[in-house]
Amino acid sequence: MATEILMPALSPTMEEGTLAKWLVKEGDEVSSGDILAEIETDKATMEFEAVDEGTIGKILIEEGTEGVKVNTAIAVLLEEGETADDIDSAKSAPAQAKSDDSDAKSSDDSDDSDRATPAEGKKQPQPDTSPDWPEGTPMKQQTVREALRDAMAEEMRRDNDVFLMGEEVAEYQGAYKISQGLLDEFGAKRVIDTPITEHGFAGIGVGAAFGGLRPIVEFMTFNFAMQAMDQIINSAAKTLYMSGGQMGAPMVFRGPNGAAARVGAQHSQDYAAWFMQIPGLKVAMPYSASDYKGLMKSAIRDPNPVIFLENEILYGRSFDVPDVEDYTVPFGKARIWREGSDVTIVSFGIGMTYALEAAEKLAEEGIEAEVIDLRTLRPMDTDTVLKSVMKTNRCVTVEEGWPQGSVGGYISGVIMQEAFDYLDAPVITCTGKDVPMPYAANLEKHALVTTDEVVKAVKQVTYR
Amino acid sequence: MAAKKSSKKPNVSAEELTSYYRDMLLIRRFEEKAGQLYGMGLIGGFCHLYIGQEAVVVGLEAAAEEGDKRVTSYRDHGHMLACGMDPNGVMAELTGREGGYSKGKGGSMHMFSKEKHFYGGHGIVAAQVPLGAGLAFADQYKDNGRVTFTYFGDGAANQGQVYETFNMAALWKLPVIFVIENNQYAMGTSQQRSTSSAEIWERGKAFGIPGEAVDGMDVLAVKEAGQKAVAHARKDGPYILEIKTYRYRGHSMSDPAKYRTREEVQKMRDERDPIEAVRTLLLEGNHATEDDLKAIDKEIKKVVNESADFAKESPEPHLDELWTDIYATEVPQEA
Repeated sequence: MATEILMPALSPTMEEGTLAKWLVKEGDEVSSGDILAEIETDKATMEFEAVDEGTIGKILIEEGTEGVKVNTAIAVLLEEGETADDIDSAKSAPAQAKSDDSDAKSSDDSDDSDRATPAEGKKQPQPDTSPDWPEGTPMKQQTVREALRDAMAEEMRRDNDVFLMGEEVAEYQGAYKISQGLLDEFGAKRVIDTPITEHGFAGIGVGAAFGGLRPIVEFMTFNFAMQAMDQIINSAAKTLYMSGGQMGAPMVFRGPNGAAARVGAQHSQDYAAWFMQIPGLKVAMPYSASDYKGLMKSAIRDPNPVIFLENEILYGRSFDVPDVEDYTVPFGKARIWREGSDVTIVSFGIGMTYALEAAEKLAEEGIEAEVIDLRTLRPMDTDTVLKSVMKTNRCVTVEEGWPQGSVGGYISGVIMQEAFDYLDAPVITCTGKDVPMPYAANLEKHALVTTDEVVKAVKQVTYR
Repeated sequence: MAAKKSSKKPNVSAEELTSYYRDMLLIRRFEEKAGQLYGMGLIGGFCHLYIGQEAVVVGLEAAAEEGDKRVTSYRDHGHMLACGMDPNGVMAELTGREGGYSKGKGGSMHMFSKEKHFYGGHGIVAAQVPLGAGLAFADQYKDNGRVTFTYFGDGAANQGQVYETFNMAALWKLPVIFVIENNQYAMGTSQQRSTSSAEIWERGKAFGIPGEAVDGMDVLAVKEAGQKAVAHARKDGPYILEIKTYRYRGHSMSDPAKYRTREEVQKMRDERDPIEAVRTLLLEGNHATEDDLKAIDKEIKKVVNESADFAKESPEPHLDELWTDIYATEVPQEA
C-alpha cells in the first residue's frame, strides 16, 4: 500500500519549515537511510532520510515551499507493483483536510489549541497602549531569536568588555541558534565555546566579572544552571553586599527556561520563582521580541547579575520590534497589553500567550480583561498591578511554573496586603500542575496551564 | 616525592629575611589576638585562624608583582595581611563594625579589597577556584600580564569544580597559579582518610598542568617555588603549587580537635615552625641581634593591639546599612 511521507519535526518545538530541496524525483527508487530532501527550519537546515523502501510515486509539495506544517504529506512512496495512478484521490486528500483542521482548531474552545497551534495564522492581540515607543516609530517584524542576537551584537559592538561564553555558542552557532553569526563578527576571543561544565564556567564567568569584564553566560537551558546554582547565588548575587559595595558581578546569565515540548521532567522546569527570591539578582522573563531586545540590552549594561529567562517556544515567534538605533526597555516596568475594566490578568514570559488568548475569548463573551505583562520579576512592577486591581477589583495570575511558592502566590500576597479592600473576589493563581513534567503528549498538555483554565478562573472571579 | 626545600645556604639579604619575619609574625600575633577577641565574644560566627600556615602567603606574596590578584577561602586573614591590607580594617570586620573592610557586612569569611587586588574571602569550599580562573581570564582578555593566585585547601581539592576549572584553565592557558594549601586536615578528616592521592598536585598531570610540592614551613622554599610558578603562569598558563603546611589551631574556633593528638601539633610547633626557622636564620647569619628581633616583636604587638582597639571602638554599622549594597547603580571601577 502507498505510504505518505510526512513533513518531519526536526526539533521538539518545530511547527513548520521550508522544504528547501528534493534530492529525489518521482520514479526514483529509495531505500531506508537515503536522503530524500533538505528541510530548513528557523534554526538549521537538516537532511531528511527515508525510513521505508519503495518508489517515489508523487511529490506533493514542491521544493522551495515555505511554511510547510509538520505532519503534512509531502510525497507518496509506492510499494512494489503500485503505480502513481493508485494514489491521487486516496492519499493527498486527507493530508489537505488535516491542515484545514489545524487552522480551525485555533478558534474552537478545545484546550488542544493552547500550545501546539502554529504561531502563524494567529495574530497576537494588539496592545491598546504601547508606552514603550512613541507613535510613528518605524517597526520591523522580528523573531525573538533574532531580537536576542541583535541585542547581544549591538552591546558587543558598543563595549569591548562584553563577551559571550557557553556550550556551543561559537562554532555551532548556538544550540538554539541564538548566537548565530556572532563568532564571525566578534571572533573566538569574545564568543567562547566552553566544555560541558556549568558549575565551572559559571564560576569563571563570575570571576571575570569581578575582574572587570561584562560576561554573558549562556546556559543551553536553565535546567543545567542547577549545576551552577552555588556560583549564581553565593558568588554572583551576594558579593556586592558582602564586600560593602567594593565589587560585584555585572553579568548576564541567559538561556531558555521552562517547558519546551516533549522533553520530559528534567528539561522542563520554570525557574522564575526560584531566582525571583534572591536579593542581589535581577530577573527578566520577557514575552515579546521587542522586550527580549530592549531588556537584553538593559541587562548587559546593568551593573548587577541578571538572570534572563528565555523560552524555546517563543524563540521562533515574530513580533513588531522598533526599528531604531538603540532600543532599550527598563527593568521594573510592566507593560499593559490590553486595557480592560472587568478583571486584571497578570502574567509574564510564555504565560502571556495564555493570558492574551483568554482575554480574546473573554471579550467575545463581553468580559473585558486588562492584561499585564510583568516583563521583569525582580524588580517587579507591583505598582502597575495594584493600580489595575484597584480599577478592576479582580485578579488572575498566569504562569507555567508550579503552584507552591509561585510568582502568582507572591503577587496575590502583595494584593491582599496592599489592596484588600478593593478585592471583590479572591485572587486565583493559574499555574502549571504540581507534578514533574510527563513525557506523553496528552499528559504534558494537561500539566501546563491552559487558556481554558485562565478563562474559567476569570469567570470564577467575575462570578459569571 | 618529598616537598621541595630551599637551598641550604639561602642567598637572601638581611632585609628580605627581616621582612618575612615581620610579616609572618604580624599574622601570628594578629590571629592570636583574634582568638582572644573571639573568646571574649567580640567576634562571632565562624573564625578560622591561620596560625602555622604563615609562610605560605608570605612566601608567595614575595613572588607577586604589583597588580597580581589573589583569591582564597574563608581562612583568609593571613592572605589579607600579607597583601598589605590594613590590620585595623580586617580586625574591625571580624568584630562586625563600620570600620571593617566590608562595613561589617561580610565578617571573617567575606572580605575584599579592590585596592589590594584581594578578591575574597569565600565561604563555600572551592567556590573560589573557578572565580580565580575567571579573574585570570579577565587578565588574559585584557592582555595585561597579570597573574592570579588561587588558594584552596586539601579539602577543597576534592570538589568537582576544581577539576572543571583545571580543564578550562589548561585549555585556555589562563595565567593562574593554583595554590593548594595542604594543612593535612579537611576540617577533622585527615588527607589519608579523604583523598585518594598522596600528592594532590599530581592530579594536574591529567590536565597537562605542571606543578610541584613545596615545603610550606619554609618561607624561602615557598618564595622560590612561587617565582617559578609566576613565571610559568605569565607565559604558559596554569601551574599548581601544593604547599605542605600545618595549622596549629582547630579548623575553626569551635573545633574540639579530637582527630589528632596534642603531641602531633606540639612536635610540628617545636620542630618545623616557619617563624622560628627565619628567626634562627637571622640570628645565626648575624643578620640581626636578639634586641633587633625584640624590637620587631614590640612593634608588631603595638600594631595588633591598635587593631584590636580600633575594632572595639569602631561603631556598629548604622541600621541603614542593612539596605545598602544590594544592587549597584554603577560598576565599581578597577583600582
